[in-house]
Amino acid sequence: MARITAGLTTSHVPAIGMAVDLGKTEEPYWQPVFAGYEWTRQWAQADPPDVVVLVYNDHASAFDLRMIPTFALGCAASFDPCDEGYGPRPVPVVEGHPELAAHLAQSLILDEFDLTLMNELDVDHGLTVPMSLVYGSPEAWPTKVIPLAVNVVQYPPPTGHRCLSLGRAIARAVASFPEALSVQVWGTGGMSHQIQGARAGLINPEWDAAFMDGLIADPDAVAKIPHIEYLRETGSEGIEMVMWLIMRGALGGSVEELHRFYHVPASNTAVGHLVLQPAP
Amino acid sequence: MVDNSALDDIPGTTVFTVERSRMGYHLNQFCMSLMKAPNRDRFHADERAYLDEWPMSEDQKQAVIDRDFQRMLDLGGNVYFLSKIFASDGLSYVQAVSTMTEYSVEEYQAMMVAGGRSPDGWRSKSERSS
Repeated sequence: MARITAGLTTSHVPAIGMAVDLGKTEEPYWQPVFAGYEWTRQWAQADPPDVVVLVYNDHASAFDLRMIPTFALGCAASFDPCDEGYGPRPVPVVEGHPELAAHLAQSLILDEFDLTLMNELDVDHGLTVPMSLVYGSPEAWPTKVIPLAVNVVQYPPPTGHRCLSLGRAIARAVASFPEALSVQVWGTGGMSHQIQGARAGLINPEWDAAFMDGLIADPDAVAKIPHIEYLRETGSEGIEMVMWLIMRGALGGSVEELHRFYHVPASNTAVGHLVLQPAP
Repeated sequence: MVDNSALDDIPGTTVFTVERSRMGYHLNQFCMSLMKAPNRDRFHADERAYLDEWPMSEDQKQAVIDRDFQRMLDLGGNVYFLSKIFASDGLSYVQAVSTMTEYSVEEYQAMMVAGGRSPDGWRSKSERSS
């Protein structure tokens, strides 16, 4: 049987990808950001999972306004990095896991999560920046990836409760896949940031720290946080953090915190990062 | 009818609702067209002529020509879509976003390096005015 072995959360700021691609990771501005992922890179290299279910959002790259799926699951055999208007990132093609994706699609829809299924999907920095942060710049990514794109661009995104419930359904679906796969779930985006309007640049480290603590210790309470609180307290783009709850739901009841990192700023954003594993 | 009064109570913030998305549909789809290099070239060669190919309002077209990003937000634009305009101008998010604030680019960058903008005084319009 497949099983979920760990989960992580991380911001996916596009400028982090540019710093990797342009060789700027040792510059004084960026060095602290990448230093905060050094533990994770060692951990990830030691034991990469067979598959990562990578929860992210597209930023007007593969999805425009013609169709706005709330949850879209990538079922293809591979996913190309998007051209976001300045050429695709020079990173490896992302290999999918169509068999597990098909199993997840069928299981989740019958479990009453009405997903959109993507048989073609280009992936933007929301997915590739986390891969770069965790795996560096290899010739090929060491793990297969099933993208799960969540609409957090057009209001309303799914509720925190819906995201936590979807994570728990992913755990049930993974557990019923017959092959012995090691699966991780990553929740990306956040933390506090606002990139529009006169209030741009908002950062709320106290709220972010409490969110991390709550996500670990009491995800059901965190799932009750209404959208308006994310908007007021963490900026209009801080609402991406609902995606972290999908990861948390997938990890089950209690979890062990292996690593935590928080840094301000990367571009306009508070970078937050957790590595968790199900408690034994 | 949904009640979005709480969303509209956040100062200096334009929440991209379903209604704003409908209003800004052609503005945002025009932005998506700039993902392709030949379109970027045609747009920069004659912005007015390129914009006239889109069923956008005159106000929306003028806001694009003026690079008035706050006005574009007011007219239904979303920043991830508008980023295609400023990226084609060679501007970063920090450079473009700072134009919507009270700060110059340098001042905005300094604010971010110093820890960003505190939410205090910015959570609601009543908190802003008190």
